[in-house]
Amino acid sequence: MKHLCAILFSVAAIAAPPTVIRNATILTITKGVVKNGSIVIRDGKIAEVGENVSVPEGAQVIDAAGQFVMPGMIDAHSHITAESVNEGSVSVSSMVGVDDVLNPEDIALYRALAGGVTTLSIMHGSANAIGGKCIVIKARWGKDAPGIVFEGAMPVIKFALGENPKRSGGTPVAQGGRGRYPATRMGVEDVFREAFTEAKNYQAEWREYNEKIKRGENAIAPHRDLKLEPLVEVLEGKRYVHAHGYRSDEMLMLLKVSDEFGFKIRFFVHGLEGYKIAKELAAHDVGVSTFSDWWSYKVEAYDAIPYNAALLMKKGVLVSLNSDDAELMRHMNQEAAKTVKYGGLTETEALSLVTINPAKQLGVDKQVGSIEAGKDADLVIFDKHPLSNYAKVQKVLIDGTVYFDRDKEQSELSKKDARKKALIDKEKQQQQQESPRRPGAARRPS
Amino acid sequence: MSKLIRFALLYAGIAAAAPPSGVAIRNARIVTVAGPTIEKGVVIVRGGLIEQVGADLSIPADVWTIDGQGLTVYPGLIDALSTIGLPDAAPAAAPAGRAGAGRPTAIAPATGAPGAAATPPARGPEDRPSTTSWQNAADLAQPTDRRIETFRNGGFTSVGAFPMRGIFAGQGALLNLAGDKAGQMVIASPLGQYITLASSGFSGGFPGSLMGAIAYIRQVYIDADQYKAAKALYAKNPRGLTRPDYDRALEGVLESPRALLPASRAVEIARMIRFGEELKQPFILYGLNEGYRSADLLKQAGAPVLVSLKWPEKTRDGDPEEVETLRALETRASAPGTPAALARAGVMFAFYTDGVATPRDVMKAVRKAIDAGLTQDDAVRAMTLSAAKIYGLEDRLGSVEKGKIANLVVTKGDLFQDKTEVKYVFVDGQKFEPAEETPAPPSRQRETQ
Repeated sequence: MKHLCAILFSVAAIAAPPTVIRNATILTITKGVVKNGSIVIRDGKIAEVGENVSVPEGAQVIDAAGQFVMPGMIDAHSHITAESVNEGSVSVSSMVGVDDVLNPEDIALYRALAGGVTTLSIMHGSANAIGGKCIVIKARWGKDAPGIVFEGAMPVIKFALGENPKRSGGTPVAQGGRGRYPATRMGVEDVFREAFTEAKNYQAEWREYNEKIKRGENAIAPHRDLKLEPLVEVLEGKRYVHAHGYRSDEMLMLLKVSDEFGFKIRFFVHGLEGYKIAKELAAHDVGVSTFSDWWSYKVEAYDAIPYNAALLMKKGVLVSLNSDDAELMRHMNQEAAKTVKYGGLTETEALSLVTINPAKQLGVDKQVGSIEAGKDADLVIFDKHPLSNYAKVQKVLIDGTVYFDRDKEQSELSKKDARKKALIDKEKQQQQQESPRRPGAARRPS
Repeated sequence: MSKLIRFALLYAGIAAAAPPSGVAIRNARIVTVAGPTIEKGVVIVRGGLIEQVGADLSIPADVWTIDGQGLTVYPGLIDALSTIGLPDAAPAAAPAGRAGAGRPTAIAPATGAPGAAATPPARGPEDRPSTTSWQNAADLAQPTDRRIETFRNGGFTSVGAFPMRGIFAGQGALLNLAGDKAGQMVIASPLGQYITLASSGFSGGFPGSLMGAIAYIRQVYIDADQYKAAKALYAKNPRGLTRPDYDRALEGVLESPRALLPASRAVEIARMIRFGEELKQPFILYGLNEGYRSADLLKQAGAPVLVSLKWPEKTRDGDPEEVETLRALETRASAPGTPAALARAGVMFAFYTDGVATPRDVMKAVRKAIDAGLTQDDAVRAMTLSAAKIYGLEDRLGSVEKGKIANLVVTKGDLFQDKTEVKYVFVDGQKFEPAEETPAPPSRQRETQ
């Protein structure tokens, strides 16, 4: 308990002593590979990277001889720690936000951390055309909900296209069900048009009110609408749109709608058919966050190919790999490795798919995504090259603090098991005391 | 002795004097809660109020007396959050097992006017889903609720009664557990707005998720603010202004002096503290299974809490092969330590029965808290004065003090002991003598297995 309270009250103030990681192969992603190099960490930031660094006095030293250091990996599409994922009751649910329901005690967060993932975008689901607000977090296991939020990340909203928002499988109202509009892809497009028309009116209403007030007129403020506010932010470029979509035709549809209403799509999530429209995506400066080789789980995912990421990258599209899953996220480095085989990306290009590229897509590339002086010290130490199937995460640092240490964790496992056993035994004992054997059937008179 | 006096007084009555107009309990141990315990003293009850309390009091001639030798007088117990007295207001489906208060429950459709068509699924906050914020327990109270007698016999004299269906379920009232008419039961109203985070899933209309319920509540409070401001502006100078629409959902929210928010797990407690602060109005958390982990945070927030006496239990008929998480095991083992932790941290808390069916089981649950470190005094306080204070009613209720409402429970033995007998219960000065203990109903047999 003490431990937790300490954590709750020390969210902002982490003043760790300087740390130095030494003798490591450093995969900086943006500045090449430093063999036998060191990283100096001060106040949670990377202070210096190179073969020869000045080691501050009293620094805590992590000897990483024979090991590999890479930036903490970034998963641009996750649902872990969210205690609800979809507000699927309505087609436009922009009033809801995943940040309201974060559970920093979700064990999946620890598993992400142990897999070397340090930043995740926790997204609303894809049940409706305009979903909810998403939130970018860091895997600061042990902190409270505000403590895991990535400070300064761009606000994000989730949109969705295709099968999910049109609720294929649900019974539509016309047939006696309680299914929700829309039931077709045409309807999905209409939802965007209607919502943004409404948002523009709302924007105008507030402008008008503000002008009236400025002129000193008597006016009642318009109704504040939490559903339309985020859409106005999208129109004003203050909020990114991350849009779920599989098929090339509907991704093009959304690009058309966004052009018409004057907002931008930051990236498509999934985008399994992205390779078909790479040129159009690149021209719109729209990214794609895709899977390495996960497909055919539904009809709109049949046309996928494992070369998607590589092809998109070569056409100049900002592309990343994501997990959308609490298991896949635990080996994002291996997902990246697949693009070396399928598409022939270089090692650095492959790793950029799970580091600097998703950082750019989430708008946090000034803080994370590569090993450079001035950036957050979010680092993963692997025992082997992270693109190897045999590589295991040894240590994970976030803001310069070691949040995961394989050796330490393993030594603590037996303690946790013992505590668990003691609690189970105690409960069994109590149960026996509280309910002594019932007068049984055996004592019934014959 | 008392028989003699009674006889004498009766006789006097026949001889045209006024009948005794009060009751005095003498020679009793009096746990006043507000001040020190009086080891041997007198309590005089008259006109529904406590007329006098003290160690050395002369007993007036015109009262019945009860010899309290070997008996203890406590303030009447308060169930701080309950549907007792509101037979139709219980939650539609009681959440099973652990972490009751924080779990979304099924929503009962809002009660429409007679003959109204079935409510279509809500399209958004504007349809005010699962909202009956204007309902008031004071208007819903029914003296015929059978639980009134059951709990009164166990020493409970009042309840913080709340409608519990829906997201904005309605306003509570403090009810006395006696009275022939509903109006006589009401001590104070409204106490606050009972809020849940209920949601309906994908096909039941908005909100269909936990975050949807939270967003809805947030929007309603924003709307209420705007509504209030718009109404005030319009009232001041209606000329040239569009009349704001009347909204009973917002009227109900604005009438409520505080919000009651559900929070059982530590994560929920932290979440609801942040949310309550955002709503910018006084709030109370209820549930608190994992309050033992959040005592310092609660102290800092300064919000009072209502602790459920339904301690989390292992799921019955669960998969015997299932290996539970360490956290689930720890919560179950430590939840009864919540009251002690809150008392140590100085957090204002009261107990509520949360559907525990009999007063005997309620006392058993309190004993668990005492075994986990809560002092007897703090336990009594959590069921009396603290409950009154949380609702701002400590000027009339919650302790044995001169001038307060005569709600008392008189026991043989300490309140929380297994063999304790409730001898008398006074509600508004009216004396009740619980019948001899009846054999336990079968449902309780199952409870202890």
